[in-house]
Amino acid sequence: MAASMRLLVRRVIRLSHRNVNVTAAGLPGRSGCCWAPSSCRCFSDAAGDKNTHFGFETVSESEKAKKVYKVFENVAQKYDVMNDAMSLGIHRMWKDMLLHVMHPQPGVRLLDVAGGTGDIAFRFLEYVRSQQERQKRRVARSMQTPSWQDISNNYSTEEEDGPQESTAVVCDINKEMLKVGKQKADSMGISAGLSWVVGDAEELPFDDDQFDIYTIAFGIRNVTHIDQALQEAQRVLKPGGRFMCLEFSKVTNPVLARLYDTYSFQMIPVLGEVIAGDWKSYQYLVESIRKFPDQEEFKGMIEDAGFYCVRYYNLTGGVVALHSGFKL
Amino acid sequence: MRIIVLTMSRLLGRLSLWVNHRQCVLISRALCVQQLHSSSAGFTDGSYDGLYPGHIQTTPMQKALLAVGSGVAALQNPYRHDMVAVLGETTGHLALIKLRDRMRNDPEGYTILTERPRIRLSTLDLNNMASLPDGSFGREYLRFLEDNRVTPDSRADVKFVDDEELAYVMQRYREVHDLLHTLLGMPTNMLGEVAVKWFEAAQTGLPMCALGAVLGPLRLNTSRLQSLFTSLGPWALQNGRRSRCILSIFYERRWEQSLEDLRQELNIEPPPVTLSATNKSST
Repeated sequence: MAASMRLLVRRVIRLSHRNVNVTAAGLPGRSGCCWAPSSCRCFSDAAGDKNTHFGFETVSESEKAKKVYKVFENVAQKYDVMNDAMSLGIHRMWKDMLLHVMHPQPGVRLLDVAGGTGDIAFRFLEYVRSQQERQKRRVARSMQTPSWQDISNNYSTEEEDGPQESTAVVCDINKEMLKVGKQKADSMGISAGLSWVVGDAEELPFDDDQFDIYTIAFGIRNVTHIDQALQEAQRVLKPGGRFMCLEFSKVTNPVLARLYDTYSFQMIPVLGEVIAGDWKSYQYLVESIRKFPDQEEFKGMIEDAGFYCVRYYNLTGGVVALHSGFKL
Repeated sequence: MRIIVLTMSRLLGRLSLWVNHRQCVLISRALCVQQLHSSSAGFTDGSYDGLYPGHIQTTPMQKALLAVGSGVAALQNPYRHDMVAVLGETTGHLALIKLRDRMRNDPEGYTILTERPRIRLSTLDLNNMASLPDGSFGREYLRFLEDNRVTPDSRADVKFVDDEELAYVMQRYREVHDLLHTLLGMPTNMLGEVAVKWFEAAQTGLPMCALGAVLGPLRLNTSRLQSLFTSLGPWALQNGRRSRCILSIFYERRWEQSLEDLRQELNIEPPPVTLSATNKSST
């Protein structure tokens, strides 16, 4: 109850801030783009229903969520195979990079939003476990000659695993994707410290100040209101918590950009048709990448949501950008 | 309404140009790309993009990639009927044009092209067909559906043919395939399918049929191969060449006609070997 009230208050404040931004004239850089959406909004408000993009198509906001749900329901079974085929396996490197930059220590709580098939959560648990092993090994090496007192202490503390338990929560709006993720976890034998929750990134079913790390990998461009998702991230993170986002972004090198465009539009829908039997979902995928804001703009949006020390890393020449920010 | 949208979009364009040059580059690129690849996601059921419902615009390069990809996929897993369908659509342009011209030159075929009948469970009157006498085309077709446990609704829709009439010809070819099984007396096991493919390859000239005709026998065992090459194969090829265009027959109006009568009219000999539907194993 209190959480939803706070949400409401925050929305009201945000709306009033937005009005202030609109009246402040001629701000350079990213707020220049505010002109376009605000005038668009004025028009569509009059029409009674806001419009947004679904790939290159224009749809109402309420429709977009339904359509995105349908897309992921269709692709869930072949999602991982398609990821490997489309990115030629490079997506694994991107996700490994996310973990590497994250460098989680044992005992942290992770929330992976739009985590669907669980790639990030599995990597997280693996990383933390190897960290824990390394720590144990270090401790064992340094205590090669224990006294009798030390040995008896070790035996008494054998049972309690203590505060070293790291947990990962995978949250996704789409039940099919979560189902596939759960099956994967079962087949890999991973169950400790992992939970699966159905939830909307724009309205997370968690209390404030719950998680140490919030990640969203290749999911935020499908959210209808990105700023709301960022606000929610800000809310559920503990102070000192880190926000991390992997997403397709703008390629800066023009030669690479041409190649990337050709590959995206010629090859990817064909792969979707041949492997998954679904052309249109993969057409939506490549179009939605083009509609997403670029690195600097997205950095601005993260800063607007109240994060500090926001920075981004370009991976594979800008094909993917890893954004990171802290809640202080 | 449209004028307002146009002026708003023009205003938007001008504002973005004035404020941020980079934004403009991005928007224009998105629009350029959109014009080049104008296949937008037509998820809505009522309206559709393209020339007919289910049509997806493709560039020549995409068609080539699709042909190669679907060929590989169909070879790896012959049960992927959608891949066989895509292969047929992307490689069959010239053959479809020839077929369409043959249909136009035939009076009954011309009627089909104008009336555009579709063979679906919803359009067939199954009770009526079941009450027809044995030996009639309708009754035999129903028997074929029951014995082989197939349904006429399992045909994929045409997606990649860039002409509305040719797309219908392709769709008609797919829907007539089961009727062809009845006419030729071939079951849906591997040998029967290969025999029908040989007939279709000789009749239609579709590259997909030719490919299926060449590669299908690879999955047959020796005894069936022998049967194919000695009796069934030559019979299928001869009849495919000399029979009337099978797409030009208005089957929906000929359910009461006797099967033998129809075969004579089409210039098709009865099969030399009777195959039963219970031979479901392929190798």
